[in-house]
Amino acid sequence: MDGFFALALTNLSSPLILCFVLGVAAALARSDLNFPEAAAKALSLYLLFAIGFKGGVAVSDHGIDLALGTTLIAGIVLSALLPFIAFGLLRVLTNLDRTNAAAVAGHYGSISIVTFVAGTSVLESQGLMYEGYMVAVAAAMEAPAILSALWLISAGGASNGKSRMDAHLWREILLNGSIVLLIGSFVIGFITGQEGLKEISSFIVSPFKGVLCLFLLDMGIVAGRGLRNSRGSITLGLLAFGILMPIVGAAIGAVAGAALGLSTGGVLLLMVLSASASYIAVPAAMRVAVPEADPGIYLTLSLGITFPFNLTIGIPLYLAAARIVTGG
Amino acid sequence: MQTHDAKRVAIIIETPMKRRLVAAIEEAGVSGYSILPVEGGSGRSGPWSREGQVGRAGGMSQVICVIRPDRLDTLLEAIFSVVERHIGVVTVSDCQVLRAERF
Repeated sequence: MDGFFALALTNLSSPLILCFVLGVAAALARSDLNFPEAAAKALSLYLLFAIGFKGGVAVSDHGIDLALGTTLIAGIVLSALLPFIAFGLLRVLTNLDRTNAAAVAGHYGSISIVTFVAGTSVLESQGLMYEGYMVAVAAAMEAPAILSALWLISAGGASNGKSRMDAHLWREILLNGSIVLLIGSFVIGFITGQEGLKEISSFIVSPFKGVLCLFLLDMGIVAGRGLRNSRGSITLGLLAFGILMPIVGAAIGAVAGAALGLSTGGVLLLMVLSASASYIAVPAAMRVAVPEADPGIYLTLSLGITFPFNLTIGIPLYLAAARIVTGG
Repeated sequence: MQTHDAKRVAIIIETPMKRRLVAAIEEAGVSGYSILPVEGGSGRSGPWSREGQVGRAGGMSQVICVIRPDRLDTLLEAIFSVVERHIGVVTVSDCQVLRAERF
């Protein structure tokens, strides 16, 4: 337990977390601190490219094995399954109607790539290795949760679920820019290996944490503004869900990771993926497919509550648990 | 200078629906339109700002078309098929254009 507190303290006093806290504080204080939209987008593209490329290089070093396939399948199953657990928890803890509960649940089956990146950063600072293909698992976990959420809505007879999904929406979900860049850079990293990494390491390795700091500052500003605007709409039950669900998800991820025989770093990342909630891909899909669901609820929960929780307390907690599970 | 009657249709819609709206407008035979980002505003769900958005899910866009008056009903039906269930505002106003053959 001492290890957890030490790691939590180190994590909380790291530049990454302090930048996020600065963003939240600035937004809550109504500062005009702001990132231009294009700059925030560029930071996000950089992080996706860097994490995808490095993951591809790691797989290139160790080769493709059966574990990659089984972990991918496990990730897809987790993404599809977690919304049902989240939905059940929401029905117990809150008085959300079926449509809103299902829409929120969909976010918790999908993932937050920034939380994943923060997880890899903590692992690197601890000198822990992780399976490079976890990047591909992250990409695979984006979409299945959306289908589960739509099924939960249509199963309740709220409306015709089939009409909610069309070919355009499928294309937008599966080929959204984040997934294409993540998988594309993963493939480039896999093809070019260490040689390719050596050529561009001064761009994607050394500046990585600094860029992540700036991106988390921006995320803090966005989260802070979301929290400021949502005062009164988040009940105690929703708050409890926003903190409890990532812990439940992480626990399920830990069991799955241990069953798959992943390393301590791999288990942590599967826990982080299972614990995190989407705030980019799923909200966009929900606005198209389930416009009657309230974005003020699902965006505030995933970005304003679960994301900061995972970033500050969750990741150290999950790492301590991953170490216990793997004996690492 | 000679001017001609036209209709200006402005649709403010959630950004994730923008591509569908444009497709519907084109299917209705309207090939000229402009798309503008919306900085922020306030509506039934309260205030919002472009600054506070992390993805495109929460943003709004405005699509503006200027058409001949006789094409209005067809265009509005196409627009309504997209915006019916979504947040947004559709306004129609009279306007004057200089070169009628372009609309």
